[in-house]
Amino acid sequence: MRSMKETIAERTFLLSAIVSSSITLIIFGFMLFMALPLLSGGKILRILSSAWSPGNGSYGIFPMIVGTLAISFLSVAISFPVSIGCSGFIGILGPRQLNRYLKKIVQVMTGIPTVIYGFVGIFLLVPIVRELAGRGSGMSVITAALMLSVLISPTMILFFNDSFERVPRSYLEAADGLGANKVQKLVYVILPNAKKGIIMGLILAFGRALGDTLVALMIAGNATQVPGSIFDSARTLTAHIALVIAADYESIEFKSIFACGIVLYLFTTAIVLGVRYLASGRRKMR
Amino acid sequence: MKKIYGIVALAVFCFVLCSTSSSFAGPLDAFKGEKGTVKISGGTAHIPVMKEAARLIMTANPDIQITIAGGGSGVGVKQVGEGLVDIGNTGRKPTDDEIKRYDLKLFLWAIDGVALIVNPNNKVRSLGKAQARDIFSGKIDNWKALGGEDRKINIYTRDEASGTREVFWEKAIAKGTIAKSANVVVSNGAMKSAVSQDPYGIGYVSVGHIDKTVAPVTFDGVTPEIETVKSGKYTIARGLYSNTKGNPAPLTKKFLDFLFTDEGQKIIAANGFIPVK
Repeated sequence: MRSMKETIAERTFLLSAIVSSSITLIIFGFMLFMALPLLSGGKILRILSSAWSPGNGSYGIFPMIVGTLAISFLSVAISFPVSIGCSGFIGILGPRQLNRYLKKIVQVMTGIPTVIYGFVGIFLLVPIVRELAGRGSGMSVITAALMLSVLISPTMILFFNDSFERVPRSYLEAADGLGANKVQKLVYVILPNAKKGIIMGLILAFGRALGDTLVALMIAGNATQVPGSIFDSARTLTAHIALVIAADYESIEFKSIFACGIVLYLFTTAIVLGVRYLASGRRKMR
Repeated sequence: MKKIYGIVALAVFCFVLCSTSSSFAGPLDAFKGEKGTVKISGGTAHIPVMKEAARLIMTANPDIQITIAGGGSGVGVKQVGEGLVDIGNTGRKPTDDEIKRYDLKLFLWAIDGVALIVNPNNKVRSLGKAQARDIFSGKIDNWKALGGEDRKINIYTRDEASGTREVFWEKAIAKGTIAKSANVVVSNGAMKSAVSQDPYGIGYVSVGHIDKTVAPVTFDGVTPEIETVKSGKYTIARGLYSNTKGNPAPLTKKFLDFLFTDEGQKIIAANGFIPVK
């Protein structure tokens, strides 16, 4: 017979599971509700595709969507190879003694608040980018993407590392038995077997890049144009929300930020689902 | 035994006497015996004055907690209206609609100019109204056209909630458009550090925020400084307001009163603003 205690514990955990999962749905519902005046009557397409110019009655968020995607994709593109290389080194290639310290450093890096990265970005990275580009203010898509990639790579490195360590020892020993060297072991045994972890790390890192507000707010420049090059100033959806939230409650500006919220939400969901689908599809094929 | 009581009583008496006599005589006396918190947010031009006043008051009476946040004038009106803070600062006069909707009481304590600023390394130090308009609309986009280096002009502007932006937009560029490529920063302080870092940047800040890290630009032949703002010759000026929802609570009232005392006015003047009695 099940004890009373067990039942209570089970119910409690069930309740907390329900609460935490329903909160995400409630938030989505709330944003939909708040954005309703903007979404009804086919105005949604105009908001998603037009420019931001409140003075002329245009409240589109297209430039911010482009800015968000450009900055987050670029930052993941920069940090992914770096992270794979780094965790490969820490996991297999490097000397064991050094690796312990490297891993500690990476762990510390995950805890650094984003405002520090933004701050460092303003004083170190912005002037460098400005002089290298030879134009613009240095506050640009590439500046934010570089800083964000520093922000998200520790997360990726630790995640990759964990998944590398979960590869069964027997596989590695088999590779050793066949006379594989360290690089061959990494490329042919560990990476293919750690694919799931790598994909999860990617999703997590991408989510962080997409959702981070402060770095973009501080060093991407926040211009409301569609960035034409990586050296152009751009605004992300998150920074846009932070900048417009101060506007009057009754204004359309304010209401439009709920549209931003919905778009961000859908992006994250789409990416998570997409990557999951790809991962599961591949596994079946094998 | 009685003797000991007597000594203790004497010691306590001396301690009380010492601590009271050592405390500031003057306007800060009003805060004696007070307890509680004052929450302030909104306009970023106000922050240096608010900070200094809060520091003096909290040193004189550690039982008072004063918190100061930025956010811009829009945030100030909104948060004080919603009852989230006790004082909402604005770098512009709240609109009639805002005053009516939130039942705001206004306290105007200083006049402040809004000045164009460039990097100290920039040779261009004087602009006309039309030039300023053209720079911010993107029509003039190279410093060469103004006698500077052959580099693109980097425009810095403020977010929609900024009172500084509103005054600048209305009085300096006559409600002209601001180019979409303009960088947007979130406070007077951030504007100053952005322009001080960017040799090809131009922006605008409260005159009180100008120091040697940035160079003020003469506008229509008038240098933005306290004297010209005071005399009315420099036209891009605005009032610095502190607003409360309805009549202020006693402690909040005392804080606001402090700004109008000699001590308060000294702080205001020392921060580059023109005190209003």
